[in-house]
Amino acid sequence: MGFFQSNLPYLLAGISTGGQYALIAIGYTMVYGILRLINFAHGDVFMCAALMVIYSASYMPLYVSLPLAVIATGVIGFAIERVAYKPLRTAPRMSAMISAIGMSYLLQNLALYVTGGLTKYYPSVPFIADSIEIFGAMTKRVTVITPFVTIILIVALVSIIKYTKIGIAMRAVSRDFETAQLMGVRINSVISATFVIGSLLAAIGSILFFSNYTGVTPTVGGMPGLKAFVAAVFGGIGSIPGAVIGAFIIGICENIIKGLGWTTFSDAFTFVLLIIVLMFMPTGLFGEKATDKV
Amino acid sequence: MDKTKRRDLIISFVLIACIFLIVAVLEQILPKTSMLFTVLKKGSIYALVAVSMNLLNGFTGLFSLGQAGFMLLGAYTYAVLTIPVKSRAAVYQYYDGGIIQFAVPVAVGILLAGVVAAFFAYLIGLPVLHLKSDYLAIATLGFAEIIRAIFQWDKLGGLTNGSNLLRRFPIFRSALFPFAVSGFCIAIIVLLINSTYGRAFKAIRDDEVAAEAMGINLAHHKRLAFTISSFFAGISGALLAMFQTTVQASQFKSAMTYEILLIVVIGGIGSITGSCISSFLFIACSEWWLRFLDNADTYIGGFHVPLLRPGFRKVVFSIVIMAIVLLYQRGIMGDKEFSIEGIRKWLSKKLRKKEAHA
Amino acid sequence: MKKLFVVLSILLLVSAVVFAGGEKEGTGASGAKVVKIGVYEPASGDNGAGGKQETLGIQYANSITPTVNIGGTDYEVQLVIVDNESSNDKAVTAASELVSKGVSLVLGSYGSGVSIAGGDTFANAEVPAIGVTCTNPQVTLGNDWYYRICFLDPFQGTVLANYAKDTFGAKKAYALAKLGDDYSVGLCNYFIKAFEALGGEVIYETFPEGTSDFAAYVANAKNKGCDVFYSPVSIEAAALIIEQANTQGLTMPILAGDTWDSNVVLGAAKGTKVDISVTTFFVEGSTDPQITSFVDGFKKYLASNQTAMTNNGGNDEIAAVTAMGFDAYYTALEALKKAGSTKGADIQKVLPEVTYKGVSGDIAFDENGDAVRNVAYVKKVDNTTGKWQFVSVQSVK
Repeated sequence: MGFFQSNLPYLLAGISTGGQYALIAIGYTMVYGILRLINFAHGDVFMCAALMVIYSASYMPLYVSLPLAVIATGVIGFAIERVAYKPLRTAPRMSAMISAIGMSYLLQNLALYVTGGLTKYYPSVPFIADSIEIFGAMTKRVTVITPFVTIILIVALVSIIKYTKIGIAMRAVSRDFETAQLMGVRINSVISATFVIGSLLAAIGSILFFSNYTGVTPTVGGMPGLKAFVAAVFGGIGSIPGAVIGAFIIGICENIIKGLGWTTFSDAFTFVLLIIVLMFMPTGLFGEKATDKV
Repeated sequence: MDKTKRRDLIISFVLIACIFLIVAVLEQILPKTSMLFTVLKKGSIYALVAVSMNLLNGFTGLFSLGQAGFMLLGAYTYAVLTIPVKSRAAVYQYYDGGIIQFAVPVAVGILLAGVVAAFFAYLIGLPVLHLKSDYLAIATLGFAEIIRAIFQWDKLGGLTNGSNLLRRFPIFRSALFPFAVSGFCIAIIVLLINSTYGRAFKAIRDDEVAAEAMGINLAHHKRLAFTISSFFAGISGALLAMFQTTVQASQFKSAMTYEILLIVVIGGIGSITGSCISSFLFIACSEWWLRFLDNADTYIGGFHVPLLRPGFRKVVFSIVIMAIVLLYQRGIMGDKEFSIEGIRKWLSKKLRKKEAHA
Repeated sequence: MKKLFVVLSILLLVSAVVFAGGEKEGTGASGAKVVKIGVYEPASGDNGAGGKQETLGIQYANSITPTVNIGGTDYEVQLVIVDNESSNDKAVTAASELVSKGVSLVLGSYGSGVSIAGGDTFANAEVPAIGVTCTNPQVTLGNDWYYRICFLDPFQGTVLANYAKDTFGAKKAYALAKLGDDYSVGLCNYFIKAFEALGGEVIYETFPEGTSDFAAYVANAKNKGCDVFYSPVSIEAAALIIEQANTQGLTMPILAGDTWDSNVVLGAAKGTKVDISVTTFFVEGSTDPQITSFVDGFKKYLASNQTAMTNNGGNDEIAAVTAMGFDAYYTALEALKKAGSTKGADIQKVLPEVTYKGVSGDIAFDENGDAVRNVAYVKKVDNTTGKWQFVSVQSVK
């Protein structure tokens, strides 16, 4: 019991960070599946969602500002796609990627300009942010809620993709972009829907993340964004269940490493894990084996 | 070589010599503290690393995000090996003077910087170069982060000084030094591109399967491109160390790689002159020309300009970058190079238009 | 569209070149002679928050004393502020910018790494620099042009080690530093040396940059049975650590260095049950008239200037670095007066003899350029009011 009790904080932290990474990773993997584009700005959209909650919470009650911020984040995702990625759909892939990096810079610098660089504190969401005791270990309620919320959202998303029209359209577009267009699928709506869904999930992820770790700085989205992307690649890019499982594995392993005392390498370890997996499974855990047509 | 080609080559040499001459003259007439020199020095260093990244991404089609890691290796190798022995105790103050107690001359230091970076590139390339483009990107990014974590590890502090910075190694004063070194290295890369190896790289970029079918050994050539590109990234890391007079692992983050990637794409993937030009423009814009936007007390004839605060400069700079990327989708130079022949053709086109009007 | 963009960018560049031209000595608005003092501080990046608060101290001092009498003529003091972005490579260009604008001397920086990085540029251009809160010994070591008015890390680390032993009777300490950050690593190093010399044991860990989740580190400290938690890291990490400590119910006292003396820490600790003590340069609650007039005056300045209030974090709690910035400005004026000229080389010759009694104590320089300081103040957070409580004056045994 003592062993369990002293290691429980690591496990809980691991599960909750894994869930948060999962919500961000889905956005990456969906966009990549359709556009073959790494959306570097996604981590910063996550950060913007948090900033919007912080600024709106000083004017209106939380139960209004939270949903409002989630919707606004969806709008931001839509806007980013229209402004930065749509014009570059026919350009070489590197240009689109640079546009993503440029967008990420822009969001970070705007946040820096508006907040003045000082850390802003996320308002305390009642019920979620309360401290509770689990088997003798103290933590916040949100660490326990996160995996459940994540799983519910994933199930909802997978059902949307499997059973609705827009879901089928998304699958078609990620399989073969041009043929889907020829078949009459409205590409713009599909792509916009992808970005909006990804951003909404990131917004919910940000509510959970920042209720746990309340400091918001302009660059706070960088590391979680990168780790979520690694999780998406780890699980096989383009595969949603893969991204989720990858995220949980990375979140838990990261905290176990910290618990073992190798704190210096907790970040580096994530990449070591990735490289080892890629060496044996070049397209990730659940990736599709792509055949090269000559 | 036929006559026009030889004449073009001579004209190119003369032009490059002129650039050097102009820089030397500027050094004499402008005060030595002018910002122009800072921009020239940093620009030439970034030009070298941008060209090395272009060699990898633009000419061979290998999407790698590990440049910052190789620059880190180069910078540290140079710094660690060239700190004069009498200063070592002061620099390695937490590690009792460090374990290396000799110093090598500057030229050897720079060369070794490139060699060490190339060596690590070779090792890293073995497991990852066969991955598909985006997986390769994230794997190389991962390696850069791992290298950074290792260099910050305090158990290795006797060698690397852990999280503390390295200083007191030999530096340069004149802008001609980085110009000369970068120019020489870029010249080597140009020669490489125009050789059979260069053609093999371009073939790999255009279609890997076809290249292999034509008999090009994919693994060997990819490893070659990766190693050579990292060699020059290592040298530019050493130059950067000399420019900054201090070296610390924490500044070689992935953000530095993104900056270099921005420079390469804005200049045009596959264009060496594009990388050089855009590197100078990028550095000038981000560090020099727009600094006045940070000054909150700017007045234009008594009118206090609103919105100007520290941080505004970076917002404007990001907007400028986005605008350039969206408007010049293939980069400023596309994949063309600056050549005398190109200028002559352009001039004759203009002359012909004039004659048609007359 | 492309043509319009090209025209606009050329216009922007031309106007920028006009602004960017370097001048040596200009004339002020009223035609009086001007002396320029460079402010070399971060306004963005990891240390942006602290750098801004330090700049505020300098700006406030400039607003109440905008002129100085050098060699019989009244000069208007103009501040030239650059942002070194808390990163070493940008630091060099920021330093070059200051030098190219023709400043007579430089104040800064917050963050020893950027100070060391810029040190060579200043030495080469013969512009003396006065470090405000950069505590790493290497800033002044071997650089005749860099001075500082704050105490050094070896001193600070030892003070806290003694405090931990004496006040809390600690036998085992947990030290947490940020990987790659020479300030926190260096300070932990000195703390560990001093604490182990006193017979204690230290568990030392580092966290990578960008960490938001400190659960594992707090859990480590608890599991290893430590008595104090020593974490002299930057303010953003501080807030997250305090929060995590509160969530996990950390009972051991938390100790930190001068970076934690900020309203950010107060805000994070208010209403929690964590016990935080810091070593610092400045105590607000003194009854000394110089200090009370500074405190009241600064709060009025913040209230009247919205940008300043935002830069201070939105409230008027005074950070220690602001007081140090304030003192640094006046020290600079003393140096200018003593030198009788605005040339950097002349100022550097007289700096070793400059003394000033500031709100943070007496300032004098030793032969290395460091401040002669042998006291640090220890402050505690009052969790109910969210304000600082003065504990004691510590010196090294």
